[in-house]
Amino acid sequence: MSTETRKLDRVVIRFAGDSGDGMQLTGDRFTSEAAAFGNDLATQPNFPAEIRAPQGTLPGVSSFQLHFADYDILTPGDRPDVLVAMNPAALKANVGELPDGGILIVNTDEFSKRNLTKVGYDSNPLEDDSLEKFQVHKIAMATLTIGALEETGLGKKDAERAKNMFALGLLSWMYHRPTEGTERFLREKFAKKPDIAEANVLAFRAGWNYGETTEAFAVTYEVAPAKLNVGTYRQITGNTATAYGIVAAAQLSKLPVVLGTYPITPASDILHELSKHKNFDITTVQAEDEIAGIGIALGASYGGAIGVTSTSGPGIALKSETIGLGVMTELPLLVIDVQRGGPSTGLPTKTEQADLLQAMFGRNGESPVPIVAPQSPSDCFDAVVDATRIALQYRTPVLFLSDGAIANGSEPWMIPDVETLPDLTVEFATDPENFQPYSRDPETLARPWAVPGTPGLQHRIGGLEKQDVTGNISYDPENHDKMVRLRQAKIDGIEVPDVVVDDPDGNAKVLVVGWGSSYGPIGAAARRVRKLGLPVAHAHLRHLNPFPKNLGDVLKSYEKVIVPEMNLGQLALLLRAKYLVDVQSYTKVQGLPFKAEELQDVLADVIKGVSA
Amino acid sequence: MTAIDIGLPGLTGVPTTDEKQSARDYKSDQEVRWCPGCGDYIVLNTMQSFLPSLGLKRENIVFVSGIGCSSRFPYYMNTYGMHSIHGRAPAIATGLAVARPDLSVWVVTGDGDALSIGGNHLIHTLRRNVNLKILLFNNRIYGLTKGQYSPTSEPGKVTKSTPIGSVDHPFNPVSLALGAEASFVGRALDSDKAGLTSVLRQAAEHRGSALVEIYQNCPIFNDGAFDVLKDADEAQRRIINVVDGEPIRFGREGEYCVVREGFGLAVAKSADVDASEIVVHDASDLNLSFALSRLSTQDLTHTVTGVFRRADRATYDDGVRAQVSEAKNAKAADLSKLLHGKDTWTVVG
Repeated sequence: MSTETRKLDRVVIRFAGDSGDGMQLTGDRFTSEAAAFGNDLATQPNFPAEIRAPQGTLPGVSSFQLHFADYDILTPGDRPDVLVAMNPAALKANVGELPDGGILIVNTDEFSKRNLTKVGYDSNPLEDDSLEKFQVHKIAMATLTIGALEETGLGKKDAERAKNMFALGLLSWMYHRPTEGTERFLREKFAKKPDIAEANVLAFRAGWNYGETTEAFAVTYEVAPAKLNVGTYRQITGNTATAYGIVAAAQLSKLPVVLGTYPITPASDILHELSKHKNFDITTVQAEDEIAGIGIALGASYGGAIGVTSTSGPGIALKSETIGLGVMTELPLLVIDVQRGGPSTGLPTKTEQADLLQAMFGRNGESPVPIVAPQSPSDCFDAVVDATRIALQYRTPVLFLSDGAIANGSEPWMIPDVETLPDLTVEFATDPENFQPYSRDPETLARPWAVPGTPGLQHRIGGLEKQDVTGNISYDPENHDKMVRLRQAKIDGIEVPDVVVDDPDGNAKVLVVGWGSSYGPIGAAARRVRKLGLPVAHAHLRHLNPFPKNLGDVLKSYEKVIVPEMNLGQLALLLRAKYLVDVQSYTKVQGLPFKAEELQDVLADVIKGVSA
Repeated sequence: MTAIDIGLPGLTGVPTTDEKQSARDYKSDQEVRWCPGCGDYIVLNTMQSFLPSLGLKRENIVFVSGIGCSSRFPYYMNTYGMHSIHGRAPAIATGLAVARPDLSVWVVTGDGDALSIGGNHLIHTLRRNVNLKILLFNNRIYGLTKGQYSPTSEPGKVTKSTPIGSVDHPFNPVSLALGAEASFVGRALDSDKAGLTSVLRQAAEHRGSALVEIYQNCPIFNDGAFDVLKDADEAQRRIINVVDGEPIRFGREGEYCVVREGFGLAVAKSADVDASEIVVHDASDLNLSFALSRLSTQDLTHTVTGVFRRADRATYDDGVRAQVSEAKNAKAADLSKLLHGKDTWTVVG
């Protein structure tokens, strides 16, 4: 029997296993193979907060979903076309999302009575008829891996651990993926343990050969490279792109960066990445707590560096007081919040967009700060450069609202030509003639950045209310009123680009407005409803404070505005309050991104309602 | 700005000036608004008189404070200054010190600011040994909030928040600092200008974190807390001023001395012991420093002043700067190369 090859335009694969099974690594490698092949792609890791939850249990399931295609895609995919389940828990947790007719590849070795009971299977699903609507491939992956590694002399336990590479090899064969990159990667990763490196390579090849030589698989699939814009690409996660954006901002402003931070999921990778790039004049300080982290950043800004802090969830609450000091002292400060499910400790590894109102209002007093939100993993780069521009130019803390989906998700990124990146240089005050610490630039309303060490500019700043111009302590009622309004006016006047509306049909009556990581699912849903003949316009906000100047007119030019958010309607609240537009809110807080399919239904209903 | 070695390791890198300075140069144009009779005035005057002797450029000196009466200090100094938020001054100053090796950075804090709300930052700053000089004004009371007990108040203290007496056990700030691995710890009395100046000078010369506890009288909410140390006769019996390398004797004509007792120290009459039994202060000996800190009691039966500990230890800010500088020397800052990484692919038209 010869194997048939079918051409597909897109495929979604989900690798699922125990959190010790190496599913994230497997997914990462398949992603690199897809990238190297030239597909467009988007990924979504999903893992428990526990490092090693009890083995074989539902809470211990870790998965990695990858969507790759021969055209530009916007999301990691709603449902898998192919599910690889390494144990009963992974099967049980994920099979509900596999559509009828989907491909299910199961590692049968883990389906012992004990493991089945552990997750509540009364009978073995591989033996009853519960999986008959799927194309099931039962493969004893652990046994086959151990067999393939027999001659390496590696112990059974070590050999068995390479079974994820067996799965990767098999899938690589099924989808005609290039393999050199993975073999090279394994040899580099395990360079210090060459026997483990070889074992993984052997397991990877065994998986490939299993597909090639057994007749279990009648069909293989090809997904051609995508026709992306001309340029050089790489794969990048949101946290890496954020870190690179900060490195770029340092270069573009010719200033050193001091990152003061405290480890917290899912923001820690920004610290890890930046700590590697000291050669760009970047200092990273792992502080004793969240408060010290931002304090160190603000102290560095006072000294003329770009102070940056990074956090998530409850960490942003701890930083509020220092953000307020940054507002009062009018110093540049970049605050990265990789949002996760809340309140409190909440869902550390899951995504949410529920910190918007805290970013906007979560400080004592009238304490306005600009808010910038990236819309995808690669967009973090441009967005953080822009956030730094605002911080430096307007001397203000800036809140950067990424989220868990963006932080860990990845996609191809067209690497920018560094010559085209904006100039972020600003001038320090140097002239003692008529120097006043709280005089203002007439255009930006920014006060001078007068750093210690500058002769003749000695002055004192602090958290007490400042007298206009002189910066001396002032309790004068009129002055306080004036200063509150000045600080607000400075933020309100920040220059941000107009919001661009995507309305290819040009006759939409319904506008969908989103912000942050919902860009992918909203964009994909909009494409789907347009294909059904239902016009819809999509506007996506990078700037949440201040809003783009044209936003009010845009909102008012549609009959209906719908705002999907992974919170209980925070942007909707702001839009209603500011523009008196009766926006409709669609909300979900499950710790997972929206699915294009569900938003398609939501949009279609609204559009049909308006047309009717 | 050039790095100048002026022979004081704590100030290496801070530019100096030949211009003659006076205390007046360090007074800002702001009206000092502490209560009449506050010990803070004496500390401020002592600092303003002391700084000219360092010969530093004024613009390279920064005072960072937290919140509390003493934290108004920076407003009155004609240097750079930041009056920050409660308890966080050591963190903010750490960021500044890391970013700027050419600054002499001083932190002004109080017993509530440093030991209560800011306790975490204080111990970690001392542990890291950031090149900061921390002046802890200890008046054993919350003054700015109008008279509640503080983490250094004595048990049983009756205040507005403890009408039948506090049940809190106090910190011994010097013991705390030594436990936090501080490389320099000193103590002085606000009223002892010479003693305070001497400790301040040694702190400034020290490279690394220096904690200086200053017993400071609050005339409004805790008046007379240190009066027994200010009475000439009492002071003779109570104050044990230590000097590195010298036998620890105090009182009129060295009437008293410090001797070893068990794992700690005790006070003896010099006449009763052999001279060889008198402990010689060694500021590099942590165990001795700690034992001296325990000799100081909350009730001020004995109070050790001077420099308890001074030890050479790598500083945090020098360390991180060295890593950055080595990285810069080893690898060019090529942004385009960084952005490209290892795995790229090119789409052609």
